[in-house]
Amino acid sequence: MRVGVVTFPGSLDDVDAQRAVRLGGHEAVALWHGDHDLRDVDAVVLPGGFSYGDYLRCGAISRFAPVMTEVVEAARRGMPVLGICNGFQILCESHLLPGALIRNDHRKFVCRDQRLRVENTATPWTSAYRQGAEITIVLKNGEGGYVADQPTLDRLEGEGRVVVRYLDDNPNGSLRDIAGITNERGNVVGLMPHPEHAVEELTGSGTDGVGFFTSLALASFA
Amino acid sequence: MARVVVDVMPKPEILDPQGKAVLGALPRLGFSGVTDVRQGKRFELEIEGDVSDEVLASVAQMAETLLSNPVIENYQVRVEAGDSA
Repeated sequence: MRVGVVTFPGSLDDVDAQRAVRLGGHEAVALWHGDHDLRDVDAVVLPGGFSYGDYLRCGAISRFAPVMTEVVEAARRGMPVLGICNGFQILCESHLLPGALIRNDHRKFVCRDQRLRVENTATPWTSAYRQGAEITIVLKNGEGGYVADQPTLDRLEGEGRVVVRYLDDNPNGSLRDIAGITNERGNVVGLMPHPEHAVEELTGSGTDGVGFFTSLALASFA
Repeated sequence: MARVVVDVMPKPEILDPQGKAVLGALPRLGFSGVTDVRQGKRFELEIEGDVSDEVLASVAQMAETLLSNPVIENYQVRVEAGDSA
């Protein structure tokens, strides 16, 4: 598959995301925030970083970048979209995912290997995992506290739309230990932890993140 | 020229870690009697011509679309009296 990775001004993890896409068996296609063009990709990754310097609110300016008009439209048509960290924030600001991400409750930037449980393996980004699998991938954020009103949280839980949940200590005050969610259709996934940093033995906590990038292949043959 | 001010505040039920940090700093600096601090944002928009209802409606739309995130923030729009009217 052709998997686009968007670079915004201030993106940090776009090159790592491209690498993870290739390790997942796909062609990585660089997309530019200022273009109205998805270059015929089959899926899109919005990578981590501090797009537009996190000015106004994290993801608030990126959400109106020209490429995002195309991403939002494609997502509504069912294209798989994965938002990691800042990408998750952008998806929430775009209203492709419900809720918002606010400053960590303890007010400190957190950077650590984080244990997670994969609770929804029906998405095109998580189908390679076993339901309930416990994985460890790196988490690094200052504004990763997931919030939404109670009815929204109940709906996410009731519809099985919590994709990954924090295990052990809640690292940022996220309500109900939510680390990542999906939309109603299940094609858009956002999460704060960074699977693209856990795809090779050489660096990081292991290779538990690679499933996010191999899942697409399973999805395309399904 | 007129100035329209948009105040954006975190919703009461949303945790405000920045406000909490300020609240914690005040007693350390010797200021007492403050029981809570909420931190928000203030936008000052310089508007061409008169501030009509249409302009105010347009500013409200700006506030909802970009200046605030309605999921976690409330906003208020008001016209600021000019120095030389």
